[in-house]
Amino acid sequence: MESLTNTIQAVPLNHYILLSAIIFSIGVMGVLLRRNAIVIFMSVELMLNSVNLLLTAFSVYRGDAAGQVFVFFIMALAAAEVAVGLAIIVMIYRNTNSIDINVLNRLKW
Amino acid sequence: MGLYKAQKALLPVTVLGLLVALGTAVMQWTEKNEAAPMYSGMMLFNNFSIAFSAISIVSTILILLLSKGYFEKISNHIAEYYAIILFSLAGIIVMVSYHNLSMMFIGIEIMSVSLYILAGIRKNDFASNEAALKYFLMGAFSTGFLLFGIALIYGSSGSFDLEGIRTYVAGNPQNIDPLFYTGILLIIVGMCFKVGAAPFHFWTPDVYEGAPSLITAYMSTVVKVAGFAAFLRLFSACFLLMADFWTPVLLVITIVTLFIGNITALYQQSFKRMMAFSSISHAGYLMFAIVAIGAASANSIFVYATAYSIASIVAFGSLILVRQHSGTDNFEGFNGLAKHNPFLAFVLTVSMLSLAGIPLTAGFIGKFYMFTGALSQYKVWLVIIAVINAIISIFYYFRVIIAMYFRSGDDAEVAIPAYYKLVFGFSALATIVIGIYPTLISALI
Repeated sequence: MESLTNTIQAVPLNHYILLSAIIFSIGVMGVLLRRNAIVIFMSVELMLNSVNLLLTAFSVYRGDAAGQVFVFFIMALAAAEVAVGLAIIVMIYRNTNSIDINVLNRLKW
Repeated sequence: MGLYKAQKALLPVTVLGLLVALGTAVMQWTEKNEAAPMYSGMMLFNNFSIAFSAISIVSTILILLLSKGYFEKISNHIAEYYAIILFSLAGIIVMVSYHNLSMMFIGIEIMSVSLYILAGIRKNDFASNEAALKYFLMGAFSTGFLLFGIALIYGSSGSFDLEGIRTYVAGNPQNIDPLFYTGILLIIVGMCFKVGAAPFHFWTPDVYEGAPSLITAYMSTVVKVAGFAAFLRLFSACFLLMADFWTPVLLVITIVTLFIGNITALYQQSFKRMMAFSSISHAGYLMFAIVAIGAASANSIFVYATAYSIASIVAFGSLILVRQHSGTDNFEGFNGLAKHNPFLAFVLTVSMLSLAGIPLTAGFIGKFYMFTGALSQYKVWLVIIAVINAIISIFYYFRVIIAMYFRSGDDAEVAIPAYYKLVFGFSALATIVIGIYPTLISALI
């Protein structure tokens, strides 16, 4: 455990922050640019996972376990969201035979 | 209950349980407001949380009473509606009484995940499907922003505890980490998505229009109020000392929200969509209390939220009845309502006047507290803009009243079930009583 902490701390904290920010931005761009509901959904998961990475890094650097516990909460709730979200996508697919969000234009924006 | 086929018992048991919950919540009220955080500092059940839990529970009871005979038309499995609404209410109670950012996140998620299901609960109706998917994608997206903000705040202050973050802000007035500022901005983005404030409001009209009317009523009252309670609690407990940094941001958001909500509502033909835009503009008024943050903020949000929730429940209740009668959501459905349904027309008029903020109704008192809060901080321009918007809003609320009283429509009477009469009577009475004796609820928190 001690060596693991040391390994993580071998990389400067700023690099973790930058990496998470980049992954988070990729997720945001994915949500905004892609048209496929499942790809959008994956991009959201990417955003959540970048947060997990950031929280873990902060937690190790501060020697405080609270951040890692928070990561577990995020994982559990992300799983709950996946269950509900995929159910909604399946429901849409049954009604329209498509998961492209461009078909969702019955309600005007 | 659903398991034992005791469908008739569902509503009474649910309402009874909620009344017990309301009673136990109110029992914890303390004169001096000196509750201590409990569950290892996770929750703080002080007078603020009791007041907002109480208003959420009361609104939920009113909405559930309106559901008599409504869910049965949608599907055979009505037990799940009650269960999911109660789950999301549980999330809301956590949201208004958290004392740790992890509990805030969990509360928001319990609430949102239940609402994604509720929005799409008409499985074969395309509009409902579309509302569910849009709400889900936008909700998950905003959760990402909120979480990134929380992570940055944890990284700079080293704590998820509201007390710990406040100590950090108070202890380092000069050299606060830039990450902390970014974190606050990201949290603002996330929360504005959740409460539907512009420019993050674009999902609101579609979701509100597509979801079943009763669920829309729930989303636009209870959920919005809880969102603001969580917003205010975080900002008044943690970031109060940094108000100079984030007030300008929220000020711009407030003004944009007011204009977008009110001006777009003018062009709507559908009553339901008009109510969706009006809920955006009310989010703008509720933001006043956070922009002009101070000791009175909690109180003015509480008064405004009470007035707004009661009036909206009446509006959506009448929409359900009129829709069943005339088959349309548009304003034409309300034509000539006053002739054959004077009671329904009267309560709807009271609620429209309250939403528009005409004196002697609760809505006026709510706006009055918001504006005095802003004026006490010399935000005169903000109040002038808000008054202009209130005048715009009178125009579209009066379209409904004009349709009911001065247009002629078919003369068939709309049947009003007894439960609806109870809810409407109670709400209209509460609106007028609060309008005349505002001190009943205005000095609580």
